[in-house]
Amino acid sequence: MLIKPASGIRSSEITDKKLYLNRREFLRATTVAGATAAAAATGVFGAGALLQAKGAPHGRKLANVKKGFALNATDKVNAWEDITSYNNYYEFGTDKSDPAEYAKNFKTEPWTVTVEGECAKKGVMNLEDVLKGETLEERIYRHRCVEAWSMVIPWVGFPLANFIKRCEPTSKAKFVEFYTLYDAKQMPGTRIPVLRWPYVEGLRMDEAMHPLTILVAGLYDEVLPNQDGAPLRLAVPWKYGFKHVKSIVRVKFVERQPLNTWQQQAPDEYGFYANVNPGVDHPRWSQSTERRIGEFLRRRTIMFNGYGDQVASLYTGLDLRKNY
Amino acid sequence: MDSIDDKSAFRNKSAFRIPQSALIRYVLKPTVFLAGLGPLVWLVWAALTNNLSANPLSDLTIETGTWTLRFLCITLAMTPLRRLTGWNWIIRFRRMTGLFAFFYGSLHFLTYAIVDRYAGLDLTNGYVTASVLRELVKSVGEDIYKRPFITVGFTAFTLMVPLALTSTAGMIRRLGGKRWNQLHRLVYASATLGVIHYWWLVKADIRRPLAYGIVVATLLIFRVWWSRIRSTATWKKAPAPVRRSV
Repeated sequence: MLIKPASGIRSSEITDKKLYLNRREFLRATTVAGATAAAAATGVFGAGALLQAKGAPHGRKLANVKKGFALNATDKVNAWEDITSYNNYYEFGTDKSDPAEYAKNFKTEPWTVTVEGECAKKGVMNLEDVLKGETLEERIYRHRCVEAWSMVIPWVGFPLANFIKRCEPTSKAKFVEFYTLYDAKQMPGTRIPVLRWPYVEGLRMDEAMHPLTILVAGLYDEVLPNQDGAPLRLAVPWKYGFKHVKSIVRVKFVERQPLNTWQQQAPDEYGFYANVNPGVDHPRWSQSTERRIGEFLRRRTIMFNGYGDQVASLYTGLDLRKNY
Repeated sequence: MDSIDDKSAFRNKSAFRIPQSALIRYVLKPTVFLAGLGPLVWLVWAALTNNLSANPLSDLTIETGTWTLRFLCITLAMTPLRRLTGWNWIIRFRRMTGLFAFFYGSLHFLTYAIVDRYAGLDLTNGYVTASVLRELVKSVGEDIYKRPFITVGFTAFTLMVPLALTSTAGMIRRLGGKRWNQLHRLVYASATLGVIHYWWLVKADIRRPLAYGIVVATLLIFRVWWSRIRSTATWKKAPAPVRRSV
């Protein structure tokens, strides 16, 4: 395991999960605890500064993150700086550096997720309720972008399957559709019709229920940074990065295969499945190798991004050349 | 391309003033030369001091390519600028900017060959061996053959090679002005293919290649327009000493 729990932090200093989810409560708790300096800082710099100063080097620390997931990637984990400065998140601009710059003041509180479609528990959920009762677990996944670069990322999240079960999908639910927030006010990239907004992604039900598929709320034991898709994003490690829909506001259970944004944009280049596959090139570039961020020599790309033992059986009988 | 015998435009008017020619030669040309090296110096500095993105190798490829296009645009702008302003002296910088386009194009190709192709080879038996070099050539060749946007980019670069080789005064003399001018029209194709190459590789946001496309198209359309007015009776009124084709 390469990621160790931050040392030298007393348990009393670690923000309780319930508290980090509720800023007001958190502030009250801090004041009650007698942190006068912190309280003063609140007055001067606002709550953000206080939260920044507490618990974690970059943001807010997540408490009680479960460790030791059996399938954690054993490669060197990419630095926080890599993962938070080099992002494809077109809602905030098409340059890799744009999300870090333009998502700085993105508002993730309050946040709601709308559940709709073929399920029993339709409705609008607060993010707190989405996370309620879930054990956040560290999942160190290889992340392979369709642009042929990759990283190793210590996500913190919980199985999407848990969430789906709570929505009680009906027998008609064959696919799950996810929508990213579309807010031109906060997301300057969406003022330009580079893609069709809002961003839509989808998974087949068995893919969505797979134990490797997670909803991500954190990174490096901290609350997920805005540029990485806060407050809630998807991670499906055997698929290309564009399947990992960010800042999710809507989950819809549907009978027919959704038309995901990139497929809609260029159907000959991006499919619905988007499984990492070194044997099927992108029409304009090769997918047989990848640049791991931080390395010079390129790595051979592995089928299903190395998760074949876990997921290959999902696709028996499916022509992956056609269903790219 | 333009006529090359425009020396008369630079003759000094008075013996008491610094000849414009000397100013260009000893002050302006070295300045432009150093400025042309600027992007490279910046890139090397940024790479060494960790001021590029998390994917610096990709940045190097993108930046050298972009600067190739920029220098092509600058070079193509010389003639229209001269025609419109009557600043005949400006043409004396054209060879240098053209060679800078070739210089950054070479760096771009080299970066691609190393970062994209060489780094993807199986290097378990050594980094620089005869077989690795063979594999590299094969890998580059296959990529050029297989991927249209690489084919187009490589063609754009290849077309610049004869232009760079014939950029010396000796080569101009040997070829003769007319043939030299004809040959150097290849730069139009090179710039056009460069824009296509850029356009083809972006995923969705075509604004930047579109901008270069508009610039190159404008500069080329100017030449068509100019030759049109010259071919009509009004051509004698044209301000610049034009005698040959655009």
